[in-house]
Amino acid sequence: MDRNTVLKQVNDIFIDVLENKTIILTDQTTASEIDEWDSLNHIHLVVSIEKHFKIRFTSKEIQSWKNVGEMINSIMEKISP
Amino acid sequence: MKTFSELKKNLKKDFSKLKASKVAVLGDTSTQFLTQALRGMGFEQEIDLQIWESDFSQIQHQVFDRESELYDFKPEIVIIFQSSHKLLGKYNKSKLDQTTQFADNEIEIIENIYSELFKQLNAKVIFYNYTEIDDSIFGNYSNKISSSFLFQLRKLNYELMILASENSNLYLCDISSIQNKIGKINFFQPSVYINTEMVLSIDSLPEVAAKTVDIICALTGKFKKCIILDLDNTTWGGIIGDDGLENIQIGNLGIGKAYSEFQYWVKKLKNRGIIVAVCSKNTESVAKEPFEKHPDMVLRLEDIAVFIANWENKADNIRHIQSVLNIGFDSMVFLDDNPFERNIVRQNIPEICVPELPEDAADYLEYLYSLNLFETVSFSNEDIERTKLYQIESKRTSLQQKFTNEDDFLKTLDMVSLVESFNKFNIPRVAQLSQRSNQFNLRTVRYTEADLEKLCSLNDHFTFSFTLEDKFGDNGLICVIILKKENDQTAFIDTWFMSCRVLKRGMENFALNTISNFAIKHGFKKLKGEYISTLKNEMVKDHYINLGFNSNGNYWELPLTDRKEKKSFISMKEKTI
Repeated sequence: MDRNTVLKQVNDIFIDVLENKTIILTDQTTASEIDEWDSLNHIHLVVSIEKHFKIRFTSKEIQSWKNVGEMINSIMEKISP
Repeated sequence: MKTFSELKKNLKKDFSKLKASKVAVLGDTSTQFLTQALRGMGFEQEIDLQIWESDFSQIQHQVFDRESELYDFKPEIVIIFQSSHKLLGKYNKSKLDQTTQFADNEIEIIENIYSELFKQLNAKVIFYNYTEIDDSIFGNYSNKISSSFLFQLRKLNYELMILASENSNLYLCDISSIQNKIGKINFFQPSVYINTEMVLSIDSLPEVAAKTVDIICALTGKFKKCIILDLDNTTWGGIIGDDGLENIQIGNLGIGKAYSEFQYWVKKLKNRGIIVAVCSKNTESVAKEPFEKHPDMVLRLEDIAVFIANWENKADNIRHIQSVLNIGFDSMVFLDDNPFERNIVRQNIPEICVPELPEDAADYLEYLYSLNLFETVSFSNEDIERTKLYQIESKRTSLQQKFTNEDDFLKTLDMVSLVESFNKFNIPRVAQLSQRSNQFNLRTVRYTEADLEKLCSLNDHFTFSFTLEDKFGDNGLICVIILKKENDQTAFIDTWFMSCRVLKRGMENFALNTISNFAIKHGFKKLKGEYISTLKNEMVKDHYINLGFNSNGNYWELPLTDRKEKKSFISMKEKTI
């Protein structure tokens, strides 16, 4: 799966979990730019992403991302063979 | 089951038509998601759970400070979720010589919390039991060491059951059984716990919410009372009409075992008060044969309250069963292996619960266990006798058909009623009837045993319970009235409910005579009644006008001066009021 496809799928998960159809993610997007993305919903997003890509993040990773790009990097590391 | 995301989407829906219930959630870990899941699950069950959630780790403060937000909110139900993780943390810090008393100390704390809530709020308390954590300090040996955490945790769960059995307003929500069902690996996600102080995984939230809402539904009078069984390939394997008595599958061999175990399950339900009915496409005599003659049948004809076997449409037959039993469709469960029949029933009677039985009969029981269809908040001796009562009722119905004049019929019944105020013997049944009565219930105020005990100690309340016995048998306690002194002149009918089993026997007249005489004796000049409409009590809309009350705004009044006794064919068994 290429990086753009992953970003698009993550975007869909954000739209579904945060119930906001206007969200458009880029690598630079941060939590402060999206109202609904608080620390609690962050966990819901993480768990939904884990389920979708059938991966598990470490608790350290969950805390470490500064923007969406870094989150996508973590996903790419886990799904690329 | 709905996912957490789906439940969360419910939160934006319209709750305005649903029955509201005020619930407080107190937890020692973060409970925001649980609260969302509860409210979303409430919507599925048509309850508007108005939830107030305390900040976490505030249980003691909220409960023991009478000025706290909890008491400001005045909930009807308090949910307390103390997690096993915090319990383990506490255990880890306790002194070595204290570990054998760990569970005893904890149960004392819980008991104090419960008593305080009950005293201050008169609320129902739902307490989550503890999911197991094996810290593997002793391995299997922990089962032999009373100071081990696992030993103390299991002991605490056991002590909780004892405590709940002794306190009628304390209910346990068995989340430990959810962890057993879905596995700890699915129930608990360490990374989420580390990051958020949340001990329930996203996937376990709907399960925990469902189990909690099941209790709340039962507390508000929504629970199942009857199970209707198809026969061929549901109650036994094979088709009795084609295969014959010798060839149906039941007993210890092969797939027969699945059907036998299913029948034991139904029998246990019957013994705890669930009415069992049969609805089968068969010739009646053929359908009854296994019940009468097959040595391996667990269910017998005396276990079945209503037996319908014919070639008519099943939806019509179920309507007939409903009319005999006089209970709501939403309190019935219909089990049938045939998807076609299930759909017909579902389409025609949308309120009835029709589980999607698995194709393989071997899977029936595990599937049915998982649905938790028969939640209840009471159990009394009356439950054990219920099937018999309904069978007697059908005999009475056939006698009635011989009389054209209703009074003549009533006279022949030789009815007597024992009237008593509430006491420790009848309170369990009064409480139960208070939860169960939906149709003949004027104000639908629900009382638990503890509420009733409290009420007995008030001197401005007067309580009446009525039994009804006739030549066919004893119906037991079937009617309850609570009068409240409003002022020197007026006695207000706070509660009047009756079991629909004894409709059309003139019980209303007899009860009114009884309370009128009582009220006159105590110097009251009038009775005042109120009808509060619900989805189910249309039946008693005209109750007070039929009894001669005059309308006064939203209330009904009956002057007690120059009163005439109402016609009644029931005599008083023994007067103790």
